[in-house]
Amino acid sequence: MTGETVLEAVDVVKELGSGAGKITALKGVSLNLMAGELTLLMGPSGSGKTTLLSILGCIMSPTSGTIRVAGRDTAGLSPEKLAAIRREHIGYIFQSYNLFPTLSALENVRIALDVRGMKGFKAAARAEECLREVGLAHRLKYHPGNMSGGEQQRVAVARAIASSPSIILADEPTAALDTENGQQVMALLARIAKEQNRSVLVVTHDPRTMPFADRTIYIEDGQIVRETRRPEGLDAPEITDLSKRRKAHG
Amino acid sequence: MIMTLAFRNLFHDRIRLVVTLVGILFSIVLVAVQLGLYLGSSRMITANIDQANADLWVTTFGAKSFEDGGMLLYSAERHQALATPGVERVVPLVVSFAEWRKPSGGSTRVVVVGTDPEDDGLVPWALKHGTWSDVKAPDGVAIDRSYFRDLDVTGIGDTAQVASGRVRIKALTEGVRSFTQSPYVYTTLARARHLLARESDATSFLLIKVKPGADVEQVRNALKSRLESAEVLTKEEFRDRSLKTWLFKTGAGIALIGGALLGLLVGTVIVAQTLYSSPKDHLNEFATLRALGSSSGYIHKVILGQAGLSAVIGYTLGMIIAMGVVFASRDTPLPLVMTPWLAAMLFAVTVFMCAISAMSAIMKVTKIDPAMVFNR
Repeated sequence: MTGETVLEAVDVVKELGSGAGKITALKGVSLNLMAGELTLLMGPSGSGKTTLLSILGCIMSPTSGTIRVAGRDTAGLSPEKLAAIRREHIGYIFQSYNLFPTLSALENVRIALDVRGMKGFKAAARAEECLREVGLAHRLKYHPGNMSGGEQQRVAVARAIASSPSIILADEPTAALDTENGQQVMALLARIAKEQNRSVLVVTHDPRTMPFADRTIYIEDGQIVRETRRPEGLDAPEITDLSKRRKAHG
Repeated sequence: MIMTLAFRNLFHDRIRLVVTLVGILFSIVLVAVQLGLYLGSSRMITANIDQANADLWVTTFGAKSFEDGGMLLYSAERHQALATPGVERVVPLVVSFAEWRKPSGGSTRVVVVGTDPEDDGLVPWALKHGTWSDVKAPDGVAIDRSYFRDLDVTGIGDTAQVASGRVRIKALTEGVRSFTQSPYVYTTLARARHLLARESDATSFLLIKVKPGADVEQVRNALKSRLESAEVLTKEEFRDRSLKTWLFKTGAGIALIGGALLGLLVGTVIVAQTLYSSPKDHLNEFATLRALGSSSGYIHKVILGQAGLSAVIGYTLGMIIAMGVVFASRDTPLPLVMTPWLAAMLFAVTVFMCAISAMSAIMKVTKIDPAMVFNR
């Protein structure tokens, strides 16, 4: 399974706006995301990172080009069919966490399972397992307002992995975090990619995230301009604090 | 999780919740009061017709209601009716407006009802003090105790002048009120005719009881062919005619139903506004749900869940207030009526109102672009 292409974009073009205000946000982007890899998508503001992330995650449709998720072409699918693809294959992590403020950490993870049809005790057990996985076994009943930014982002990670998607798309997951929490979240994502054999794509402009990447794709002005790979044999940094906490509360 | 999210969204903003509930409460109480008055009025209008033991009513032609019978039927019509095949019993009933002269001066209008309960026609009901035997004593009448002040009397034994004769209160009913606000004065058939100075065989209605097994419609047709100057109505027809006369030709019923509809409309607008603005505040959460892959049906269920919870809470509180109003009105001239049917209908109306209100929110949420989750 490792190395298998789980998401493929071929010559993707995206035009935004209309008339005189029309701009081409993506100009023929092609890329593959592989299982077991953490890929960084880096570039300056306005380079098309988030637009590409939206298209790869089936939230937006490309003006032209092809997106294949788990081998399935998404062209021409209705919004409901695209939602079904997101449900089955994609987990999202957002810059602002996007947790439900009225729900506890456990409920925030459960709701991602609920939309996928997993209910009751099974869902609760799975949500708890995911929160343990991200070192938050001691925060199950906490609401987002009572948690730190790092903890909230880890709840978001737990929510993203809860349904075991093959692809995890993260939009600036460290932007709102301090260095220590940012490193922990990146280490967690790298571990998820490796241990759970998922493809993780992180949109970022934070250079501190680079050591965690198996591959880094640079995008500028709607085009991929460069791609680098981590040299063979060089592992992502270990952040031990999280695992210590997990052991202590798990 | 759908109901959990709906519940939390609803209770997250307490002020909005209060506004929503006030909208529902307002609507429920207003509709309950208006329809309660309508039902109360209907019961008053048809009480005597409902209580009478008759399959058919023979009335003078064009009689509009129980109070509008005139006294134009005589023994000839009664004998013709008695001779009709299938007729078991023909019981005369006198009903007429008359002047009640108050003991301390002044007068008011009453409706004199003359009946002989022994004939098993209209048997006065709800007699709480005194008996019909007491009413049969000289000058005896029965009135409802709620009209003491209107009739300027204080209880059993008091006397007054009705039309051309003196009457003495011998019995009291409870809860027998008149929609026309002219109190019913029950007395014997003979005394009613005497008070109204009418012939000894004059009558307003003939109450027809058909023989067991006889076809009511056939008997009715036979009576129609024999009584050319009279109308023969079924109990239901006479009820409907009385209701139409008092509730719709006077405009009272239209005002009550109009008030109920207005309450419903205002309540729906208030609830729609609050239910519409609630998803607006939670738009980002719904967009997140959409980005997580939820179907639009899932989000609609959350909104409908919110509407349903609002309906249940609002209905419960509204009914508590409405029942309080019903209780408080029990001794007024026009008591409100709450029936299980009306309570069930109010619940259905509340759910309908909240569902309609939720539609505006659903239409808005349906247009959510999940890409907005990246714009925060």
